[in-house]
Amino acid sequence: MGAYEYAAPKSVEDAVRLLDEADRDGIRTQILAGGTDVLVQMRSVDNQPRTLVDIKQIAETQRLDIGSDGIFIGAAIPSAELNENAELKSILPGLIEAADLIGSTQIQGRASIGGNLCNSSPAGDTIPALIANAAVCVIAGPNGQREVAVEEFVTGVGQNCLEANEILLGLSIPRPSDRTGDAYLRFIPRTEMDIAVAGAGVSVTLDGDGNCTAARVGIGAVAITALNVPEAASALVGSKVDASALEAAAEACSNAAKPITDKRGTVEYRKKVVGVLCKRAGAIALERAIS
Amino acid sequence: MKTHVSTSVNGQVHEVLVEPQQSLLEALRDEMGLTGTKEGCGTGDCGACSVLVNGRLVCSCLVLAVEAEGQEVTTIEGIAEPEGLHVIQKKFLEHAALQCGICTPGFIVATKALLEKNPDPDETTIRYWLAGNLCRCTGYDKIIRAVQDAAQELAYEA
Repeated sequence: MGAYEYAAPKSVEDAVRLLDEADRDGIRTQILAGGTDVLVQMRSVDNQPRTLVDIKQIAETQRLDIGSDGIFIGAAIPSAELNENAELKSILPGLIEAADLIGSTQIQGRASIGGNLCNSSPAGDTIPALIANAAVCVIAGPNGQREVAVEEFVTGVGQNCLEANEILLGLSIPRPSDRTGDAYLRFIPRTEMDIAVAGAGVSVTLDGDGNCTAARVGIGAVAITALNVPEAASALVGSKVDASALEAAAEACSNAAKPITDKRGTVEYRKKVVGVLCKRAGAIALERAIS
Repeated sequence: MKTHVSTSVNGQVHEVLVEPQQSLLEALRDEMGLTGTKEGCGTGDCGACSVLVNGRLVCSCLVLAVEAEGQEVTTIEGIAEPEGLHVIQKKFLEHAALQCGICTPGFIVATKALLEKNPDPDETTIRYWLAGNLCRCTGYDKIIRAVQDAAQELAYEA
């Protein structure tokens, strides 16, 4: 059993080297961003000593870039900071709302979208919204960088595709057109501070006549990972995102869901609710695409 | 292995030796003797340990002490003014917005952060902002009234 250590590398190269050497020496490491999940887990279920690798001093993990082609959100930017960025909020309102649903003001002062993704909970609220926005994970490792579609990043409950010597640097999101809208809704039995029973993120793009030319739908808390639901997206494409198209998308979400029964809800309930959330989020996304 | 941390707390530089896994809350209370910040849950759920780090409201139980190196921390001890209590503190007293007092430092620090960002918040905004601060005594209404009154008085003073 080793001892706790702390390192705060200032460059991607230093961080990757540190992780890689520790991995080869059999030393356990833990990447630290906002720490709102990591520190709680470290003090309870899994309290074995490890080297904490704080990635917040790496410029790339704090970089927010809103470009004409795409948006880059550094993995460690606290959600409070994202929420204060009016331009980002106007371009990706659904994603920012999803981040704003997670935890209290205090938690949002530290918690990041990258951390939400790396925690890899089936109920992580930003994940369906990232799926809806076709986000790509930018990952650094010893052999340089690689990119993974966000729906392929999480591989199981609390598990993801990051190797022990890799870091999630940030999320790269294609810039939505002026005729694109996104939305994320979750159901919880309270008004705040809860874990999703089900969640749905929707993005729709319209042409000049109001026909849907592209759509993406992500659902959360209804399977071991958040799911991309192309069948729901297909139900919207070609339509005017009217009631019948939304109904078909809802049905596709209910069919794609593979939930469990637990204290938050039953299988039947979750399958039903995830469809309703898709329908409602789709209607909001439509409004935003028009306005 | 203990690490040397130098951090500014309420404008004063503190130098402490901490273990890598120690929280900022532990460093404040046990190493610096600043016991105004309270530990409630230790898991970021109750807000009793709220402090500002570089002006940003956080739970000090979910910040490592080593992360505070070179940062500016504000705790409840830094809220009062040289001439006496801060308006927010006075209003908490006037409205009896506390009973046992364990949650109070966190509420006051969180309120200060709110009113600096939004000097005229409506009731819903106040309730959502303070949703991460739990109080098992007051039922919250007195706290909300104290915050509203403090906002009004601060606006009047400005």
